[in-house]
Amino acid sequence: MSIMTYRQALHDTLRAEMLRDDDVFLIGEEIGVFEGSYKITAGMLEEFGEKRVRDTPIAEEGFTGAAIGAAMLGLRPVVEIMTINFSLLALDQIVNHAAKIYGMFGGQARVPMVIRTPGGGGQQLGATHSQNIELYYAFVPGMKVVAPSTPADAKALMLAAIRDDDPVLFLENLALYNTKGEVPDDDTPAVIGKAAVTREGSDITLIGYSRMAYVASKVAEQLAESDGLDIEVIDLRSLRPLDRETIIASVKKTHSAVILEDDWLTYGIGAEIAATISDGAFDYLDAPVRRVAMAEVPLPYSKPLETAALPSTDDVIGAIRQTLEAVGHRTSTTGRKS
Amino acid sequence: MASRTPTTRATTGVTTGTTPTSPQKAQSTAKRKTTAAQKVTATPKAPAKEKATVRKTPAGARNPKSADDSAQLIDFYRQMMLIRRFEERAARAYTQALVGGYCHLNLGEEAAVVGLMSAMRPSDYLFTNYREHGYAISRGIDPNRVMAELYGRIDGVSKGWGGSMHMFDITQRLLGGYGIVGGQLPLATGAALAIDYREGDEVVLCTMGDGTTNIGAFHESLNIAALWNLPVVYVIINNRLGMGTTVEKASAEPELYKRASAYRMASERVDGLDPLAVYAAAGRAIDSARGGKPFLLEVMTERLRGHSVVDPATYRSAEEVADLKENDPVHTLAARLVAEGILNDEALAKIDEEATALVVAAADFAAASPFPEISTLFDYTYATPVPNDSRRLPGEPLFAPEPLPGQEVSA
Repeated sequence: MSIMTYRQALHDTLRAEMLRDDDVFLIGEEIGVFEGSYKITAGMLEEFGEKRVRDTPIAEEGFTGAAIGAAMLGLRPVVEIMTINFSLLALDQIVNHAAKIYGMFGGQARVPMVIRTPGGGGQQLGATHSQNIELYYAFVPGMKVVAPSTPADAKALMLAAIRDDDPVLFLENLALYNTKGEVPDDDTPAVIGKAAVTREGSDITLIGYSRMAYVASKVAEQLAESDGLDIEVIDLRSLRPLDRETIIASVKKTHSAVILEDDWLTYGIGAEIAATISDGAFDYLDAPVRRVAMAEVPLPYSKPLETAALPSTDDVIGAIRQTLEAVGHRTSTTGRKS
Repeated sequence: MASRTPTTRATTGVTTGTTPTSPQKAQSTAKRKTTAAQKVTATPKAPAKEKATVRKTPAGARNPKSADDSAQLIDFYRQMMLIRRFEERAARAYTQALVGGYCHLNLGEEAAVVGLMSAMRPSDYLFTNYREHGYAISRGIDPNRVMAELYGRIDGVSKGWGGSMHMFDITQRLLGGYGIVGGQLPLATGAALAIDYREGDEVVLCTMGDGTTNIGAFHESLNIAALWNLPVVYVIINNRLGMGTTVEKASAEPELYKRASAYRMASERVDGLDPLAVYAAAGRAIDSARGGKPFLLEVMTERLRGHSVVDPATYRSAEEVADLKENDPVHTLAARLVAEGILNDEALAKIDEEATALVVAAADFAAASPFPEISTLFDYTYATPVPNDSRRLPGEPLFAPEPLPGQEVSA
């Protein structure tokens, strides 16, 4: 076990997989000479050479599609798309090709590839560079979408994604790259399609993924201390497939839930979770399911506006308290912002 | 007539050797006035004059008759006739509602298809688009399985999952017909990348329609292939119509092979109604690609019918339709075989009969093949099984009904 950042865990895992399997190679914009916009691939070009760390022109559709074609012949490309916003340029290749090739040809070709890409706002990058559009990919059968929130999961899910024979969109997050945590030394892959209960509790269930799973854990710790609340936290880890059973088992125990998401509210990932709870735990609910999501605007540049639009810990705490009030749960403090 | 010297192969820093043509001239020459091969090469010589190929007489009159050529022509004719009869039968099956979806035919493109496929090695890979029945057959896939795919049956090349637009056969290295215009180009480029990565000697051939050259994926792919010296041949099947839109109306450079010059890629335009010319040009292009120089080949063809079976092509003039008949590559080759004394009418009729018999058998095979079982609906979502994969039919609940909380034991 070692303590390392999310960034380091990604870097080390990619490197280890490149050493383990000659078919694994990296492809994307500025990953070689520039060492990656977020330095995940630092030192890789020097170690592995241009063949396996391939800088591309600015042509997301072209190089993502090329990775798919290479995967069809058995290579295991790991694509870096600089931010998830730019994946829109490759949408046809990802949705119409990567996700379809296995099924559309009756199982004759596999597409063992990983598309790494960070989402996340809060960096004052404005409307086109701050989106959380993983939903677009999680919507599509044939895709697998994973979203680690901890360095340990970044490693375990990356191992799983690279060794999987299907296209996996691997969602990273700008705000998580510098977060630290314990990472096991052994290389046991995670199981794609399984959520994790990262904190057990009985008062209420918090459900999140990526940055918002991290926020959920922080809030749970904080409210345990300040209010004596016993909060259960679920980190979805996988958006497709979605582990509905883990969600339902938790809500049946706690009878209430707040969903945390960095994407937009309407039609967002949280809407699917809420629908799942309605279907599987309707008779167990003591309060309506709440969702805390980003304000539904193109994210502004100006700092106060940007901050107001993004879900904060205070927003989450407010939603938790209101839900618990609806349940009739008594806590040591009450008031807060709405 | 353009020489067959392989000047296109050793083209480092290739730029177009032809001078810019005015749009007017391009328009007037674009219509079926290709020499057997117009090349863009590194050689900065004067542009080859675009002479009109005389279409009134059989095209082969200019070629010597070697025994090899004769055998080749007979083989081409046999394959072309099979595609012709297959496509006619497919159209009929479509109007009988035995075939669903869209159905795009290779009618008029038989010489192009056969010339291209004959130039490939069995180990080479083919990516194509949605107009691909002929390619599948010419690549060596059993017509029974191609027809069964059209019928949506379990014995189809893609097990009934793909249909007319999505044929795939890993054993014949047909890596897909693709329904999204341009979608196959980045994939083909990536397959070539994999070959290069493993230092293999295979080549990828990627066909597309003329309209595809206006799509971003075309330009991104050619750029990447040229930058990385990938073993890929991009082939434009220019039938002069993207659905109902002419090349002149859609492409600012209507001499499409010239677009390669933007990527310093060697390119050539060839008469797609002459299978030998296509075969020779494809051979040059594939040799170039095998040597690490990707190539753009433009094959001038005809689309005898509408964009798909349901398109009556009312946007074409009577004169144009009459021209089409005159340029029919199957009829042209038949006339040539007779004129050169290679086959007589009786032998031609026999080839037709054999093709027809194969197609009838294919239709019977397809009709007799079962539809895939509903129980297999969820078999091809993922290659690596994962927990929590949703396997629900429409209307099924997410969770099985259960007793109310606290009443679990009441039964």
